[in-house]
Amino acid sequence: MTATELRLRTPRHRVSRKALLWWTLRAVLQCAGLIIVQVALLLFADLDLMRWTLPITAGLAVLYVAVMPQWRYRVHSWEFTELAVYTLTGWLSQEWRVAPASRIQTVDTNRGPLQQLLGLATVTVTTASAAGPLEIAGLDHDDAVRLVDELTETTQATRGDAT
Amino acid sequence: MSGPTGLSGLPKAPDHVEPAPEWGRLDARMLVVRPLHEIVGFVPVLVALLVFGTGDAWRVLLSLAVIVLLVLRGLFSWLTTRYRISESQVELHSGLLSRKRKAVPRDRIRTADLTAKFGHRLFGLSAIRIGTGQHAKGKADGLLLDAVPVPEAERLRVVLLQRGVGHREAAVETAPAEARSTAIATLHRSWLRFAPLSLSGLLSIGAVIGVLVNAANEVDVRISRMAAVKEVVRWARESSLVLVVAVAIAVVLVLAVLGSLLKYVLQYAGYRLTRQADGTVRVTRGLLTTRSVSIEEKRLRGVQVGEPMLLRAGHGAKVSAVTTGLGKEQGGSLLLPPAPRAEAHRVVAEVLRLPEPPTSAELTRHPRRALARRLVRAVGAAVLVEAALLLTVAAWDWPLVLPLAWLVALPAAAWLGVDRYRRLGHALTERYLVSRTGSLDTKTVALQRDGIIGWRIRRTWFQRRTGLMTVTATTAAGRGAYSVPDIGEADGVALALDAVPGLLRPFAEPVSPESRPTPS
Repeated sequence: MTATELRLRTPRHRVSRKALLWWTLRAVLQCAGLIIVQVALLLFADLDLMRWTLPITAGLAVLYVAVMPQWRYRVHSWEFTELAVYTLTGWLSQEWRVAPASRIQTVDTNRGPLQQLLGLATVTVTTASAAGPLEIAGLDHDDAVRLVDELTETTQATRGDAT
Repeated sequence: MSGPTGLSGLPKAPDHVEPAPEWGRLDARMLVVRPLHEIVGFVPVLVALLVFGTGDAWRVLLSLAVIVLLVLRGLFSWLTTRYRISESQVELHSGLLSRKRKAVPRDRIRTADLTAKFGHRLFGLSAIRIGTGQHAKGKADGLLLDAVPVPEAERLRVVLLQRGVGHREAAVETAPAEARSTAIATLHRSWLRFAPLSLSGLLSIGAVIGVLVNAANEVDVRISRMAAVKEVVRWARESSLVLVVAVAIAVVLVLAVLGSLLKYVLQYAGYRLTRQADGTVRVTRGLLTTRSVSIEEKRLRGVQVGEPMLLRAGHGAKVSAVTTGLGKEQGGSLLLPPAPRAEAHRVVAEVLRLPEPPTSAELTRHPRRALARRLVRAVGAAVLVEAALLLTVAAWDWPLVLPLAWLVALPAAAWLGVDRYRRLGHALTERYLVSRTGSLDTKTVALQRDGIIGWRIRRTWFQRRTGLMTVTATTAAGRGAYSVPDIGEADGVALALDAVPGLLRPFAEPVSPESRPTPS
């Protein structure tokens, strides 16, 4: 074991502030979906159980929308060097992921409708492992494009067969 | 992936090594074999039709039509399938309505799997599956030639894998393959005692009963009207409950043991694990369906020793390979069938070419807090079920027997939690990261440190509160990710830092009060 105790630090860069709005909107839509289904069941199927679950769902939804985006924003961060890409994601559960540049196979961006509206993008970095894609969600679109360019350049500089 | 690395600058392989780069067909005998294999599934139905058939002409005609269709399908698939092995790739074209074209670059080939089902063997054929290191999402990896004559399959294996190994031409071609192989392990008759220690027997009974019931339904045989069944039902009604349950358990046990023995013999008869001179490890096995899997040694990223609870109780274990190029398809990566534990560790050491097997290394235990998490999960789940059962008693007047019986599960769950903790452990050897997890299905993985291509370090809210983390190494081989669950935070970071020097070091910092606080 190493002499001094070490821990992983937070990656240097945060995601775009607009990601806050994106996560909030997404949470609102998801919660609205759940609530609408329950209201429909109550009104049209006379499911009395919904009288109980509706207020609970609504309370949890308010909490989720209020807490999750802020928390996520404080956690989500990323960083890359010539040697590796390093990310931290999550809120209740948090996960660091690291992939060496020499093992990167593809670098993609994708933008859902909400992200397009807000000018955001998600960058996905895949390696030869079926289980190891790194996602940097909620980047400013221009930053994402720049990041992809730089990553592609770095990975091309260190070309192995990536397995 | 592009870039046929290492192909361009090298001299051409000698001509006699290369198969002619012409389009070849699969063997014509597949016209018989393929429908034969598919018809086998219908045999119970056909037999039942002939024996019990009520003379229902429709059903007979329908069955005949199905057979004709199968034969036609075999014909078309043979007519439309062609393969070619060129200098740089293996190509396979197939399909009538939707044409499929597959090409695998030869320098990507990692494994060759020769499978000959009974029908293939009648005609001296074998299917060959070529595996690459790529993970195609949800698609079968590599490419399948079903089927070619056995000598041709053997030749393809040698030629294709040899390219993958990296142009060690001449030597390999001169002598027959068998001559230069060294045996690592062969089946021993006494290993049969491990057969009943797997649950596969029980599962196969279920499958057989399912097929029989289905076939009976198909031909309108009312099982409940058969004399023997009636007899059994009457006996069960008249006897005491305890006796019936005891007899039922005994019958199931006997069938399970017989089933598992049969399965062990069918799958593993003639088992041989050898190291070939061309840099591959080869597993040959099977009684009716023979299987021969070659794994490029350079691509072997580690091994996994599996000890399901029963097998562990009998001091047995099985070994499988952690490698690229073998799909998730059943049993492809098997290196050693259920066998004595000592044998398993010996095979691990031999296959990895190490004096000491990393899988039997002294493992570092995880903090006591990990025990608490295992107990909460195991007992918590059991308590929830108990609560639900009590609720059914309260709400719908269900019998009190159920929650009472479930009480037995609570101590069992607690024991399981403790055992899960006792099994938990990790170690770092010179070249391998070793992790052991699970109780009902204990798995010890030794993963080559060079094969680790990334880390995932996860802390749930509960783990952060207790200072634990789950460290997962990602790799191109096997399951793609292997975890060390609930390791202490400092140990976890140290493990990841030490296992792959340099990768995480730039992102680590000393633990000190003035350093930037990590988000909580």
